[in-house]
Amino acid sequence: MLLNQFLLLGAVLFCTGVYGVLARRNAVLVLMSIELILNAVNINLLAFGAMHGEAAAVASQVFALFVITVAAAEVGVGLAIVLLIYRNRTSVDLDQVDLMRG
Amino acid sequence: MVAQNIAFGVLAAATSLAAIRVVTTRNVVHAALYLVVVLASVGALYILLTAEFVAAVQILVYVGAIVVLLLFGVMLTKATLGEDDQLDNDQRWLGAVIALFLLGTLSFVLVDAFGDDKLPSLEGVSRATLEAQRGSGAVGDAIFSTFLVPFEVVSVLLLAALVGAIVLARRD
Repeated sequence: MLLNQFLLLGAVLFCTGVYGVLARRNAVLVLMSIELILNAVNINLLAFGAMHGEAAAVASQVFALFVITVAAAEVGVGLAIVLLIYRNRTSVDLDQVDLMRG
Repeated sequence: MVAQNIAFGVLAAATSLAAIRVVTTRNVVHAALYLVVVLASVGALYILLTAEFVAAVQILVYVGAIVVLLLFGVMLTKATLGEDDQLDNDQRWLGAVIALFLLGTLSFVLVDAFGDDKLPSLEGVSRATLEAQRGSGAVGDAIFSTFLVPFEVVSVLLLAALVGAIVLARRD
């Protein structure tokens, strides 16, 4: 298998996630797109780990586990924030969260 | 080798199509369910890359916990069930252009830098050797020796996130 197969798939996932973050209006859907981006990162980590011998293979797996943990923490806090936005404005439309607009 | 490439092709197609559906579907619940497909096929790709422990954690944490959490988010924010035309904002074409441009740039750089680099073939390596070198046992050993401090830091981070989420979401 080529290394680039995995890297290009990671790139496709990453760009899909970026599109989702830019184009979605619902905050929960934006969180889902962020998950896509984090998965792309993990594919890259493991592909490079498989490329560079056994020490790198183990280290890449540990790194991927850390990324998964941080993603879980991120979703937990992110959803709490989304719930808070919903409670304050009865909508999760990100276009309406524009308090910082001058 | 051929079998691996076929498996990769099927999984890659499933991953990309489902990922595109996640960001384009008009139904919030369908987006979460397509996300399950993406995450499960990415888990299968991890097995192709000989990372079976990460694959198991991927299924447990992502499909088992995070998707359920996201569905709870959909439910608690009373999202419209069924078709909803208001899910995308007006910048979607700009977003598509940016994403395609990014994809073009990334692909160019990746093909330019890594060209035909092959992953080392594992044919002929015995299963026991592979297991000892990069199996779950080796990963566990690494976590509790080389990466002990980061591991503890991550557990504190999880605890902080847990407390933070409760504090934020609590009704008082």
